[in-house]
Amino acid sequence: MSSNKKYWKSVEELNENSSIVEALQQNEFVEEIPTDEFLGDKESLESSSTSRRDFLKYVGFSTAAASLAACEGPVIKSIPYIVQPTEIIPGVANYYATTIANGFDFTSVLVKTREGRPIKIENNTDAATNGMANARVNASVLGLYDNLRVKAPMKGESTISWATFMSETSATLKGLNGKAIVLLTQSMPSPSTNKLIAEFKAKYTNVKHVAYDAISESATLDAYQARYGKRGMADYDFSKARTIVSIGADFLGDWQGGGFESGYATKRIPDHGKMSRHIQFESNMSLTGANADKRIPLTPSEQKLVLAKLYSEVTGNSAVGVKLSEGLNSAVKAAAKEIKLAGRNAVVVTGIQDVNAQTTVLEINAYLRSVAFKPGTTINTRQGSDKAVTKLIADMKAGNVGAIIMNGVNPVYTLPNATEFKDGLAKTKLSVAFSMKQDETSSLCQYIAAAPHNLESWGDFELKTGHYSMMQPTIRPLFNTKQFQEVLMSWTDVSGSYRDYLKSVWTKSILNGASFNKAVQDGVFVTHLNGSGSNGTASVETTTSTKLKDKKDRTFLGGVIHDVAVGVGIKDEDKDEYVTTTTSKTVSNASGTDVSSVLAVGAAVKALANTKVSGGLELSLYTKTGMGDGQQANNPWLQEFPDPITRTTWDNYLTISQADADNLKLKNWNVANGGLNGSYAKVSVNGAEAVTVPVLIQPGQAKGSVGMSFGFGRTSKALKEEMKTGVNAYPLYQNFNTIQSVTIEKAAGEHEFACVQLHNTLMGRGDIIKETTLEVFNTKDKKYWNAVPEVSLNHIATPVTSPDVDLWDEFDRSVGHHFNLSIDLNACTGCGACVIACHAENNVPVVGKSEMRRSRDMHWLRIDRYYSHQDTFEADDAKKDGFNGLFGDTGSLGGFGEMESPADNPQVAFQPVMCQHCNHAPCETVCPVAATAHGRQGQNHMAYNRCVGTRYCANNCPYKVRRFNWFLYNKNDEFDYFMNDDLGRMVLNPDVTVRSRGVMEKCSMCIQKTQKTILDAKRDGRLVKDGEFQTACSAACGNGAMIFGDVNDKDSKIAALKEDDRMYHLLEHVGTKPNVIYQTKVRNTSKA
Amino acid sequence: MKKSYQSLEDNPTYNMKQVIYCGLTSKIYSLCIVLLLTFSTSLIAQEGDPANGKSLFNSNCAACHKLDKPMTGPALRNVEARLADEQGLDREWLSAWIRNSSALIKSGDAYANKIYNEYNGVAMTAFPQLSDQDISDILAYTAAPAPAPPVSAPGAEVATADQGGVSNNLILGALALLFGLLAMALVLVKRTLNRFAEAKGIEVVAENKRMPLWKAFAQNQFLVLVTAIFFLLSSGYFVYGYLMQVGVDQGYEPVQPIHYSHRIHAGDNGIDCKYCHSSARVSKTSGIPSLNVCMNCHKSISEVAPETLAEGEAYGVNYDAEIQKLYDAVGWDGTSYTGESKPVKWIRIHNLPDFAYFNHSQHVVVGGIECQTCHGPVEEMEIMYQDAPLTMGWCINCHRETDVKVKDNAYYTKIHEELSKKYGVEQLTAAQMGGLECGKCHY
Repeated sequence: MSSNKKYWKSVEELNENSSIVEALQQNEFVEEIPTDEFLGDKESLESSSTSRRDFLKYVGFSTAAASLAACEGPVIKSIPYIVQPTEIIPGVANYYATTIANGFDFTSVLVKTREGRPIKIENNTDAATNGMANARVNASVLGLYDNLRVKAPMKGESTISWATFMSETSATLKGLNGKAIVLLTQSMPSPSTNKLIAEFKAKYTNVKHVAYDAISESATLDAYQARYGKRGMADYDFSKARTIVSIGADFLGDWQGGGFESGYATKRIPDHGKMSRHIQFESNMSLTGANADKRIPLTPSEQKLVLAKLYSEVTGNSAVGVKLSEGLNSAVKAAAKEIKLAGRNAVVVTGIQDVNAQTTVLEINAYLRSVAFKPGTTINTRQGSDKAVTKLIADMKAGNVGAIIMNGVNPVYTLPNATEFKDGLAKTKLSVAFSMKQDETSSLCQYIAAAPHNLESWGDFELKTGHYSMMQPTIRPLFNTKQFQEVLMSWTDVSGSYRDYLKSVWTKSILNGASFNKAVQDGVFVTHLNGSGSNGTASVETTTSTKLKDKKDRTFLGGVIHDVAVGVGIKDEDKDEYVTTTTSKTVSNASGTDVSSVLAVGAAVKALANTKVSGGLELSLYTKTGMGDGQQANNPWLQEFPDPITRTTWDNYLTISQADADNLKLKNWNVANGGLNGSYAKVSVNGAEAVTVPVLIQPGQAKGSVGMSFGFGRTSKALKEEMKTGVNAYPLYQNFNTIQSVTIEKAAGEHEFACVQLHNTLMGRGDIIKETTLEVFNTKDKKYWNAVPEVSLNHIATPVTSPDVDLWDEFDRSVGHHFNLSIDLNACTGCGACVIACHAENNVPVVGKSEMRRSRDMHWLRIDRYYSHQDTFEADDAKKDGFNGLFGDTGSLGGFGEMESPADNPQVAFQPVMCQHCNHAPCETVCPVAATAHGRQGQNHMAYNRCVGTRYCANNCPYKVRRFNWFLYNKNDEFDYFMNDDLGRMVLNPDVTVRSRGVMEKCSMCIQKTQKTILDAKRDGRLVKDGEFQTACSAACGNGAMIFGDVNDKDSKIAALKEDDRMYHLLEHVGTKPNVIYQTKVRNTSKA
Repeated sequence: MKKSYQSLEDNPTYNMKQVIYCGLTSKIYSLCIVLLLTFSTSLIAQEGDPANGKSLFNSNCAACHKLDKPMTGPALRNVEARLADEQGLDREWLSAWIRNSSALIKSGDAYANKIYNEYNGVAMTAFPQLSDQDISDILAYTAAPAPAPPVSAPGAEVATADQGGVSNNLILGALALLFGLLAMALVLVKRTLNRFAEAKGIEVVAENKRMPLWKAFAQNQFLVLVTAIFFLLSSGYFVYGYLMQVGVDQGYEPVQPIHYSHRIHAGDNGIDCKYCHSSARVSKTSGIPSLNVCMNCHKSISEVAPETLAEGEAYGVNYDAEIQKLYDAVGWDGTSYTGESKPVKWIRIHNLPDFAYFNHSQHVVVGGIECQTCHGPVEEMEIMYQDAPLTMGWCINCHRETDVKVKDNAYYTKIHEELSKKYGVEQLTAAQMGGLECGKCHY
């Protein structure tokens, strides 16, 4: 029954007369193999002094020598302390509460130190404010061990002593002949520093203090100051909001200094059928937009119109004529309807850096009397004023500034008009930069005052009104550094240490009798005074009236609002509140910001409504979750941190919508090795400032808008060559406006991205991410929206969880601990703090851009981001289920390819994936050397010393969570990141093995942490309490998305979560029985 | 090592300088009698019992005073006579000083203040509990004359031992020489006889040329095969044995920068291991004690007893010089810290590879395992060496054989009950508790 069919491997074979086919029948290759090319010609071989035999001799000898040498163990020396500090026990970690306050991130943290070395940053759960460390704060510990730090004060390129520094600078400061001394600092809401500066001002009368934020929140501050009389940013508590409408505010990112996500996340978990509803109007696809229940993409200028419209809809004032497209119009109306329905439980926020927009939003929230809006409490972490900075530069250029002393700022890099600043800098008689690095600015200054890292310094910060955070050193300064305050004290001739100074300030004006030591131990102190607090500003009560107060200037609209507000029937106390706001006081703060030009609400709305929608492209500048303002650009953890949205590492880029990209003929494509390539585009603002950036097509990017992130394109000696990635966006940040009108044209060349996620969309694979809507969740049975997959057993549908359909027998795991990790897809915002926490805890290496591009990333924990192909994931599922056969319109062959392209405005879902610690792990069965085995406590163990690197396990893992050490990543000059120098290696966790080349590694479920918890309990002779077991990721998650624990403890949170209706396993149909569980994502799509 | 004590005070300072008088008690008695007879004027002052005085001195005074050397306080040899001669101070003054020195200083007594200032303003502890009899006992003890330096005796001992060694070698050498001479004589005799025979024409019968043994062996294939197999197997055995000890440093006994004798500290003095290696209780490492821990005792122990010194000769070490090394490292000049310290670079003996996690507190505190179980007879080790192979097989064997110490530990109550029921045993071993899982030690 032999078949006569002809099988063919290539089309060529069908050509009967092909000479190639003929040749191939005889030989393996068509052409003769060019052996000469790789063996070399005979002549050169013979003339070589090294014969083949010599070569073999060398090989033999060196192999023998190497193996002999390996037999002799090295002599290891141990050097004990002379006098051991009582608090240090080798092998036991100490924790200190302190604060990371680098001018961009302000967070109360706990620092884990081992043998006196800070090795990890954790959340300070005692802190009511900013206690959750984001990815950058988690990574900031590595900045302490940066090899490129300035190790002593410098004058020009030469190192000097502090004594020389002090005598020289003091002399110059005294001999300025009345020219101004300018202190240009990062935002420092520090009571003691402000007092010091006041004293410094008293001594040198011609002192000006200018606070400067690289990314300005000046409009927010101005609007707030005009309305409430104090410079600050209104605080919002999203845990109290039921309806959140955000217009361009990336409040899960760095909006108003960040720190809102944990409040937001608490209301995102459906509780008794209720969760918050979040509507986002935005142009870039931001982390916040990705988490929104409804996201409306629109250009930045449309955002202003929408805000004006929203204002008129919410307040019922139809006097504002706003021209909006049909779609937007209805979207705004729907949003306004929901806001009105929620009433006080609604909140509106905006990120538009425009005073009018900010004024309007304050008004809307005040009108709503939103419970989430807390104008009495200000956020003080941004203090900069654009006007003051602009004036400073003008003064410097005019030669009016005698001395400039900078602390924690890098204006030459971050200013849009850096060249002007440079010119001005050259004209100052004295320029001092307190800096950890020889960065763009400090290298141009006369003196670099070597500054300590936050973890080596003292400090205090009033992050919010009445919420103080303490910074204390966690290690003795590694280098010969002095902090700004110490030097300021010397200049001012204040004796004593800065710590004593700080203590006296606290004892006198903050603690009110409370213990200073306790405040240091807690790291936070909250006064219950609700007032101006003592942020050191000279709170001069002036009679300058705001426009609101002045009846005459009040516009028609404002008056109406007032009347309406009163007329609606607000209780008396609220009325008073309104009245007090109209009789606000202007506080002349340290920088003496004048906000008299801020428009009143009515005029502000009008101005917003009159915003012209330009036909061209609008650029929205933003900050990335990983890089922020760019001060940590030399941090390899952050460079390698995949952006939550684009999943791209080591780069910034221009995000553009597919439609605009098509118009401009800009392209993205994948190449054979899986890497993503893209075209370049030339972006110019006002036809002048032009940069060439790679283009990344971003689903969900509003048509007519493009986005680009700050923080990249750094130069100078502050960074290693490898870290000088991306393009600097600050030159485009004209007039401190994040929104710029740009022209874009295609540029030559193609860019290679290091993007770690090839598949963008979920393609209807509902057993990876399960999601449903709140409506379905509340009304339908679990089987409907979270069904367990079934297989046919003897033609009876049997759930895959049944032991009957399992290949393996189940072990009894009811005795002892059995660890499970629950990940709530509702609470996970994709912020990535867990990724960096895992990096730090588990000594995960950094591999660099080219290796990342080859998909050789080493992250044990990745956060997958999925887009939907249709507008919703549900529609994706429907489409996939509708596939019928291979070909045709409903064929899967073309259909799947089509599904890979995400929709214009896709739904987004984040999913942290680490080793799932399967009870029936596919990796364990294929390991030829039993290097990976299962523990009784549910963890899948990985014995590195046993692994021979066959990589079968990674092949057989359905979740692709195993990572292979392709190279030796430590002490290897080819990977010159933190593990290649003695300083950087100080951050390594001594409890976790540093892996070598050729072994597989993966998430261990932080077995070193669970083991330690168990040991502590054993030593104390007690049971382990719920909540004691933590992994690095679950401890880092401030959103409560990751809960870790022992499911055999029936009263534990995790045991309840395992029985929750929303619980499912990743790829349950594979039958791997993972110990990581997920909670189905529920979207609140219910229309109001 | 198993000797337990509550505090250092309970632990009598054996082997200290003071102990040397142990054997001299009788001498002291006789001396006392001599003194009694000679200085009958000071009879009243010398009525004390020097033996009791010695024990009182050791328990009360020795922490700060030595007889012949100033320490925290002045040297006390013949203190009473000295005071009487130099300062004209009597027993009454001395008693007042001993019972409450600070009161005396406050009263404005000139000499009291002088002494107080001389010794850095450190007031002497008051001993109101000492009776007149006690004080006179102590003074009797201090009045004993300084013993002759006991150096000569051990020196002589060593010399004789050396002589013994030399003579043995000489005898052996002489014997070897004798045998050599005999063998040479035999050869010479044979050669002479042969020559005689030749001269006399007697033919020396040549031995029958037989097939050489090795040829016969080579021709017997069976034997060759058996031998080959034997050699292969034995070489395999040795190669395997060799390879298996690569990286195993059992018996590793490096020369340390300071000759520290565990034998004296843990053995003779019975100091608990965890007094110095205190972090073994709470940490994964047992910790090499920091030098301030050494100085807790060695601040007042600068010399060892002559007997101990003599023992040291056997190991070729001068303990006093080793203590001096400690002082150099820590920067102690005998009375105060100079601030010039240089850390001691000990050589680590027990080295686990980086990929193996071991926690001392788990074994020492939770498991209640004696240090000697893994570290061997430390109290007998003059120089510390690695007693156990520290291989994984060795760890695992112990985990298989050792019962988990569950008594009075609430952590184990439930899990032990359930697991022992599951395995049907009374007592769970560490292995049954999960102590063989890879991830328990490798992460």
